[in-house]
This record gives sequence, structure tokens and C-alpha cells, in this order.
Amino acid sequence: MTRKMIKDHPILNFEHEKKKVVKFTFDGREMEGFEGEPIAAALHSNGVQVYRITPKHERTRGFFCAIGKCSSCFMIVDGVPNVRTCVTALEAGMKVETQTGMGILKPEK
Amino acid sequence: MMNDNEKLFNSGILTEEKQEAVLPPMDLWEKKKNGLVVIECPQQIPCNPCHDSCPTGAIMAFENIIDIPRIDYEKCTGCGRCVARCPGLACFVVDLTWGEENEALMKLPHEMLPLPRAGDEVACLNRMGEEVHRGKVINVTEPWKDCTRVVHVSVPKDMIMKIRAVKVV
Amino acid sequence: MKTTEILVVGGGPAGLSAAIEAASLGCDVVLMDSDLKLGGQLIKQTHKFFGSREEFAGTRGFEIGNLLFDEVEKYKKEGKLEIFSNTTVTGYYKEDGIVSYTIGEETYDLIKPQRIVMATGAQEKRIAFPNNDLPGVYGAGAVQTLMNVYGVAPGEKVLMIGAGNIGLIVSYQLMQAGVKVAGIVEAMPRIGGYWVHAAKIRRLGVPIYLQHTITEALGDKVIEGAVIQEIDNTFKLVGEPMKIDCDTICMAIGLTPTCELLWSAGCEMKFVPQLCGYVARRDAMMRTSHPDIWVAGDAAGIEEASAAMVEGRIAGLAAAASLKPEGCQMLKEKSTDYLKRLENLRAGETGAKIRCGLEQVCCECWG
Repeated sequence: MTRKMIKDHPILNFEHEKKKVVKFTFDGREMEGFEGEPIAAALHSNGVQVYRITPKHERTRGFFCAIGKCSSCFMIVDGVPNVRTCVTALEAGMKVETQTGMGILKPEK
Repeated sequence: MMNDNEKLFNSGILTEEKQEAVLPPMDLWEKKKNGLVVIECPQQIPCNPCHDSCPTGAIMAFENIIDIPRIDYEKCTGCGRCVARCPGLACFVVDLTWGEENEALMKLPHEMLPLPRAGDEVACLNRMGEEVHRGKVINVTEPWKDCTRVVHVSVPKDMIMKIRAVKVV
Repeated sequence: MKTTEILVVGGGPAGLSAAIEAASLGCDVVLMDSDLKLGGQLIKQTHKFFGSREEFAGTRGFEIGNLLFDEVEKYKKEGKLEIFSNTTVTGYYKEDGIVSYTIGEETYDLIKPQRIVMATGAQEKRIAFPNNDLPGVYGAGAVQTLMNVYGVAPGEKVLMIGAGNIGLIVSYQLMQAGVKVAGIVEAMPRIGGYWVHAAKIRRLGVPIYLQHTITEALGDKVIEGAVIQEIDNTFKLVGEPMKIDCDTICMAIGLTPTCELLWSAGCEMKFVPQLCGYVARRDAMMRTSHPDIWVAGDAAGIEEASAAMVEGRIAGLAAAASLKPEGCQMLKEKSTDYLKRLENLRAGETGAKIRCGLEQVCCECWG
């Protein structure tokens, strides 16, 4: 699936073509994004809007504040739960997963 | 309860009864080549770039920054610099001397895509965004080279108080 | 433990301005910002700013951000200013004045500053309606981040809730990004933002529904529409519900100051509706009741970015002058001008609310 990006803009020049494209996975599906952009932005442009399922009422949650304050966009990234995907930079090979319920912390080895 | 005019004004549409205050004197307007500025800025806000951008001093210095712009129409040359600088896109130039007797040239601010080009036929929109005319683009300038364009479009003279934007169709 | 003369919390218009002024007086400054990119809301603004030449009026917000970055760069090169982005300040411990922070999600550390400027900004308010938690209901700031910083459209058709300056400006920006705006819903009988901002979107055909509210968002997993309805002067629903076709609902209800750190520090706080929430009491130089802490920008009360920049300059300068006696003369000279500029920005009908709010929290000077 190709990413939905804003290409032409009357004021801004995003210079998407100058950005480094990296691959990552979302729930096992391979996707592309730009290195360094927030994970949430990369997912949104790939058509993904649901980032987690709430513990009690199993409600869908996604992007909301984009400044790392509201907890709506928590996901599991490379096995670590409760990652604020709106302020966490995308890196090549990241394994991003929908978070269901509370995150479970794994003890460090 | 609000009447319809109040309701419109309260949502950003200038209504008939408030128009008079912003119009240049007709005798001068009809003669002034390149047109005169019409500013639709009816609310006191802290803003004065229209004055700062005016090369002739036609938009007079503000005693207080919240003043509503005052214009010395004798000095206005219709250059359109304020049109492109005003953060509220509230300045327009209307040239009544342009073209045939029943025609006028309007210089309108434009910051949307697609950009109109000279020769294009564009939809002319009123203050509510309704298409009221199809006009021809005569010229497109970018006075400050900052992506705000000034679109020069030919319109019928009796539409100068209706048309406030153009859209490429 | 890391130490610094001045810590600025927040790298938006207020924080950047504060850091620049403090560094200009020769102080060692550390600036921490939680976002990946500096500039706060400034870098998302494609519209030209109001105000006068001193506040770069007529220049687009993101370009004003670039001007501040140039100044920041200069002091960084001189070694006076150190920047930590993607760094969230998590606590202030008033027992010893130590500040805790986290870089990214995993790295924790401590810093002991001599003075702090809190320029933590604000966060989006929400209103209650069924399904207001569904993905597709986004804060106005988030929509701006997505489309103006990262070039990602938030959706195809957006319903805007709130006709204050943010709701009006973001609607215009959505259209510039090629996104349709289904309409703007406003509970009050008039728009709250500048009239000219409303005029420029009205003439592009966007309806503004005054005295209307959103009663429900539609959708199962994500937003598939919305229902709005007219309200009377007592905010009671009247008329018939109207379905709006949209895939995104943008919340521009308003902001509330981010003030957790000010509370932790024990600053004297006051709830001021006109400033949109709890704010710290402060003197004219932005010093709070805590002698080592200054406040600036939206954290001190919700206002325009132009005012935030001036407040930041005052706070940064004052905090620095408290450490550098030779800076007091400079503070005296510059602050007269800065205070005059703030007075101008807050003049008139549109500034009445702010003036009323400030009267409730400003004191001449701390005893």
C-alpha cells in the first residue's frame, strides 16, 4: 500500500523525496515510513488509525494530542509497551504492535 | 434573538449595512488608475502590517495598534502590497478604470491550490463562498515572494462588492 | 549530577525566547523539550502573524520559528545554550530544587538548575459526547502537527469543533493541505476568534454553525460521521439533529495551561477562567511565588504566540538578571519595551478577556 502524503501545498515544501524511507512492521504487516518521523504519523499515512484497545471497555484508541501528553497513542514498540508513538521517532526495522489492555512489563534479563 | 444580518456578521460575513464604512469615495475611485484599496477589517485587533507594507503611506499610521485601518485614498496607488501582506486577507484592490465601461479589475489575495494562471477562467466567489460569476484572470503576482498571491481578475462592475475570492475550476 | 544556571522547560515560542534572552546575558542555559522537533506550536503555523513589526507581524508562524532557531544556533555555537529535544521534564523536587527528566521513553536523569523558566505550554480541552474517544477525533494541535510538520493528511473531510482562532486557522490550513472542511461548529452566538480569520474561510464556502453543538460522533472503530444540533441561549438543544458526513472530528474547544511542574514546585496557583485554567501568580517580570521559578507563554495563561514570545523574553531576561547583577540594567531597559509590546497585543476588545484574567494573578512584585 502506498502512503498517503500531502505532496503539493501552497505554502509548505515537505521535501518528502529527500527523506530516508525505512521499513517497519505493524502487527506483522510490512510498511514504509520516513526515518525520524513519529511512529504515529507513519502509521496514519499507511491508513492505520487504531493504535490500542482499552483494558476495561475494549474501546479503540488512536492518535489524539500529538505532544506526548494524553496516552491515547500508546503501543507496543519492539516489545516495550506504553510507548508514546506520537513523540517516538521511527527507526528501520521497528516492530510496532497494537496494544491490547495494559502493557505488561518484561523484567530485564 | 439575533437577526439574520447579525448572525452572518458574527460568523465572518460582512453584511450590507456595514459596508459603507470601508468604501472609497466614488468620484475618486472612478478616476483612479490601478484602483483603490478596500479593507474589510471591522474588528479592533492588535495588527498593523497593512500600514507597514504600504509604500505610499496611504494606509495611515496607527495611533493605537488596535485601530481599524484608516486610508488616505489620494495616496493609494492600488499596488496591492497590503493585499498580500494582511494576515487576515482583508485587503482588496478594485480598479474601476480597467477594461470596458461595465468591467472592473479586482486584485484578490490567494493562498490555495491550484494556483490560478493568467488567462484562466476562474469561479468568482462571494463572501459566503457561492459562485456568482466566471471571471478571467489577467495577472497573478507575488509581491513579497512569500507564497501569498494577488490574483487580478476581470469582473462586472456591479459585482465588486460581492466578489471576494476566486477558485480555479 | 548535571547542573546549569538556567533551565528552560519547553521549546515553543516562549521557551525559545526565554533561552535566547538568558543566553544573551551570558548565562549557561539548558532547554528541554518533550517533542522530537523544537518550536512548539510555532512550527505548525502557516498563517501570517498579527501584531506589529516587533513580533514579526505579516510573517508566517513557521518562518518566525526559523528566525528563533537562528538565534538559538548562535548561542549553541557559543556554548551558552544546550538543547535536549525528545526530553520530558517529569518532576521538580522542592526539597533540593532537583529536576528529573526522561530522554525518549527509557533514559532517566537528574539536573540541578539555579533558576527555572517554565514554558510548558498547554494542552487541548475536550468536551463530552458519545464516541468522543474514537480514533478520528483529534486535537487541533495534533491535526496541525500531522499535516503541517509531517505532511500527512488527518483525513479527507473534517468537522471542526470550535470557532476560536485555532478552529478558524486550522480549518484554513486543512483546506491548504487539500482536506475538505465540512463545517465549523460553535456553541456561542458568535465566533470567538478574529473576525477576519472567519471571513477568509467563509468566502471559500465553509459553513460556520453558530449556537450549535456536536451531540454524537458516529462510527464503530473509527469516525464515520457526526451529529450536530442547534442550542439556545441556555445551551439547551433545540431543532432537529443534523448528520454531518466526515471522517475526522477536530477538537478546537480551547487549551488549558500545562502546570503540573508549577504545582510540584509549590508555586502559588489560582484558577482563572479567562486564562483557561490554573495559572501561577507572578509579578510583571513573570517570576512566580517561588523565587527561583519564572513562567511564560501558554503555561502562564492561554494567549497568542506573539504574546508568548514577549513573555518568554521577559522571563528569560529576568531569570538571568537575578544571577548576573550586571544584567539588571539591561533588564530595566529592555523590559520597558517588552511590557509596552504586551500591552499593545492585549489592547482592545479581543484582549479584554486576557486583561481581566491577568488582573487576577499579577502582582507588582514579590515582597
